[in-house]
This record gives sequence, structure tokens and C-alpha cells, in this order.
Amino acid sequence: MAGLEDLYREIILDHYRSPRNRGELVVPPAHKTEGFNPLCGDEVSVYLDIDEATQTVRDIKISGQGCSISQASTSMMSDAVKGQSVAEARRLIRAFKALMSIHESKLEGEGDGADLAADLDGVRLGDLEALQGVVKFPVRIKCATLAWNTLQQGLDEINT
Amino acid sequence: MALDVARLKAEFPLLEREINGNPIVYLDSASTSQKPFAVLDAMDHAYRHHYANVHRGVYEIAELATAEFEKARRKVATFIGASDWRELVFVRNATEAINLVAYTWARANLGAGDAIVLTHMEHHANVVPWQMLANERGVELRWIPMTPEFTLDLSDLDTLLDGAKLLCVSAMSNVLGTINPVRELVAAAHAHGALALIDACQYIPHIATNVAEWDADFVAFSAHKLCGPSGIGALWARLELLEAMPPFLGGGEMIRDVRLDYFTTNDVPWKFEAGTPAIVEAIGFGAAIDYLESIGMAEIRDHEIKLTEYALDALDNEFGDRLKIYGPADIAIRGGAISFLFDGIHAHDVTQVLDQDGVCVRAGHHCAKPLMRQLGVPATSRASFYMYNDEHDVDCLVKALIRAEQFFAL
Repeated sequence: MAGLEDLYREIILDHYRSPRNRGELVVPPAHKTEGFNPLCGDEVSVYLDIDEATQTVRDIKISGQGCSISQASTSMMSDAVKGQSVAEARRLIRAFKALMSIHESKLEGEGDGADLAADLDGVRLGDLEALQGVVKFPVRIKCATLAWNTLQQGLDEINT
Repeated sequence: MALDVARLKAEFPLLEREINGNPIVYLDSASTSQKPFAVLDAMDHAYRHHYANVHRGVYEIAELATAEFEKARRKVATFIGASDWRELVFVRNATEAINLVAYTWARANLGAGDAIVLTHMEHHANVVPWQMLANERGVELRWIPMTPEFTLDLSDLDTLLDGAKLLCVSAMSNVLGTINPVRELVAAAHAHGALALIDACQYIPHIATNVAEWDADFVAFSAHKLCGPSGIGALWARLELLEAMPPFLGGGEMIRDVRLDYFTTNDVPWKFEAGTPAIVEAIGFGAAIDYLESIGMAEIRDHEIKLTEYALDALDNEFGDRLKIYGPADIAIRGGAISFLFDGIHAHDVTQVLDQDGVCVRAGHHCAKPLMRQLGVPATSRASFYMYNDEHDVDCLVKALIRAEQFFAL
């Protein structure tokens, strides 16, 4: 049986209690993307300031409401991509989703996740790995991925 | 007479299971109720002994299946005080019942410039079908707001109903537990020449209902919330309305004759029941009605009043202002659904901790996002009771909540 401590690691609670990069950016020049979790009603807004010349995430701010898992994941995400290149941010998105779905597919007994392991290869997730425990609570995976999906949507919108 | 809850609990096999090594404490009956042996056995018996399609075969088991199916319809109709069993249409659930009215009666009778009055506490099932109609036909939607005491604010009711064609209101809020004054609302709608649709999904399982006393025009509800199976519900509507309404889905059963260039419809209620219906689910629905009647609706309501009072007191004594309750304090106008939120702790997190102790409560927006926005919260936790819950279940809830509050303490 998966215990509460698997889900709520100390680092997660820390990000939940002291979320990083909270706030808003002026739109424009920043870009705002809203994400919704229709299951629980959580909402997150991701403000992205992308340096066009260098293609880097100059600044990121987060607003919205959510449970500890979605708040912590959002906070960690903002820390992880701030100052990174857009390409690196996209690599992190892929890696994080792989972290979530490798375990998901293992739980459901569909393959060993080898195809997804490639996405994780060589990416340092650091603190984000604390969110691995979420996969033992399948309903909560959507909480953890909300911010990442919203970031991806934001990057796509800026690109088009 | 007080309910013998220990005996009732033993009649629900699921309530014997354990969750994470703890006996299950099921407090999510507003979402769906558990099933007693009486219902499970009736359905099992139907599948094993007289399962055949209904209204078609002339062989013995087909006649038996048809008789049982139609007997169930009569039971459900009688249970809600319908004067005529033909007024009871089987549908998949309350959501489909409301959509049926939106797609047939409303599309035949409403157009641009017409208005529908809804309330801020409706479930999405009683919001979105009307928004879809509004988008398609230019029908205006008006909203009855809520008071700070979590009741409907009826001060502008006459203005809102002026010129309206339909009033859609929940008899009991699935989030707040608020019991709305259905008779008064229906009378007001009729005074303005509007019809009234009642979403009675949360009400009928818990309180003796008489649609004739309500004087309503349409009533929607589901079997799965009243100890019956999922996959079946009912629309009750006045006979003359049903007869005048165009059909809903087209197919077998709903027709009288089909030619290459036209069709004619069957009599009500079958006119609205295209295709093979949920035969065994209907039989289970009937068995659930028998089960509720064997306990007594007055006894169930009385039990839930006492249990809800006990729970509200216990939560207040333990947590005081740290735990906000979203719902009326007056027990006379509320049912056994209690929505709550700790200051600073998200409903999902609380509910996750409760699950560790085997306590099942709902967390989320309860399919009532407009209401959640009014309340200013993204989600609440909700504990809800039925006849098989007792004070021990409430004590387990309080104990688990103490653990949750400690776990997330800043």
C-alpha cells in the first residue's frame, strides 16, 4: 500500500507552503496561458516572458489555485525552466511527462515504459523526482501535470 | 422509530470491505449510493431466470421480462406520487432526463427572445443543456442568485420570471445540501405562465416526494443515488406535455409505424424510449424502491436529520472557525450533504488523507462550477449520508480530519 509519505514528500510540502515565482507579468510583452483541471476545478495561469533573440525563458510567473501536488509541481516547474532555453524547457516537459507515464504504464501492466525512458535519458529532473510518488495515486497525476501541460501550451502559442 | 443502522449496514455487501486496512466509511452517497442485497439479488435473478428483450417476444421469458420491466415503471411512478404510470419515462440518468426536455419540449416551444430561469446552485446537468439551447436558439438565461445563508435569494423572483417560459431548479443542492422551496417556486413559475422543471436527483432518495403536490411539470432523477443500479433514471412529466412533445431519440420501440417516407410515434412513455432499454437496471430500480419503502422514507429523513445535526455539531466542536461549512445551518432546510473546507488546505489533499483511513468523501467542484465561483473556492470536500451511515462514521470522519489538519499544518 502506498503511504501518504510517498505522495507528500517534504520537498513537495515545502514548495506548497512557499511557492516560487508566484505573481503575474504584464501582458504583453509577456504571454499568459490558463490551464484547467476539469476533474477538480483547479486553475493555473502561466505568464511567460521569452527572450526572442536568445530563445530563453527570461521570466516566468504563476498564479491560480490548486492542491498541494499541483501547486508544488507548478512551483518546481517554474524554478526548473526559469533562465533555461526554450529547447531545454521542452526537454524538461517531455522528461517530466515521461516520469509520470512510465510509472503509469507499469501500473497498468502495459509494457515496461522503455519507449518513454528515452525522454528521461540525460535530463536532470532534480527536485522534480520527488513527484514520482504521485504515480502511485493515479487520480493525482493530472494535478501534477497541469502546470506542465499549460507551459507546453504557452510555448506552442508563442511559437505560432 | 429509529433505524437499526447496524442491521442496514449488513445488507450492503460493499460496506463490509476494508480500505487500507480500515473498515470502509462510505460518506459519498450524494455522488452515488451503495447497493443492498435486495437490489443485487433482484438483478441477478432477472439475468438468470427471465432475461429477454421487452415488448417484442411472445415466448414466456420475454413476457416475464416485459412484465417485470413495466412493473418497475409502476413502482417508480407510484413512489413519487405520479397519478399515471405513463408519465414515467425511463432514461439513462437525471442528466439524460433534463436533456430530453431540452431537446424535445424546449426546442419545440422556445426560440429567440424567450427566457429560461435557472439558479446559481444548479448542477452542470441543469446548466449546460440550457446553455447549449441558448447558444443554438438565442434563448435568454436568467439566474436566481444565492443568499449568504446558502439559500436561494427570491427577492427578485417575479422580475426574473416575467416573460419566462421555463424555470429549472434543483430540489436539493448537491453541494450545499440546501432544500429549495419547490412548491413555492413552481407556483411562482405557473403564475407567470412558465413551466417548472425540478432536478430532484438529490431529493427523491432522501425525502418522501409527491410530484402532484409539487405541481411540477418535469421532474428528473436517477436510480443510482437511491440504492438502485447505475445506467437508469427517470423523467416524470405531465401526460399532456409528454403527448404533445416531439420524440427524442429515433429507433426501435419509439415508433408505431415506419414507411420509407415517414414514421409515426408510439404511445407515451415508449415514444421516448428508443432502442432496447436498460431492462435489468429497471428491475433493479424497482427493487430499490421496494427496499426504500420497506425502511420508510419518513424514517430515512428522520435518521438523516439527526445524523447531519450530529455531524455539524461534531465538526464545529472540533474545528470551530478553522473549518468552513458551505451550506445552511438550519437543519429543516438542508439534507445530509455537508461541504467543507479547511482554511488553507485544498480539498483534494484533505480527501487523500481521509482515504488512508478508509473514509470516502468527495473532493472537487461537484459538477457545479458556477456555484463554486460564487463561493469563491475551486473545490470543497463533501461528506454525504444515507440510511446506512451512523454516528460512528461521523466520528471516523472527524478523527481523519484531525489527522489531515495536522499533516498539512504550516
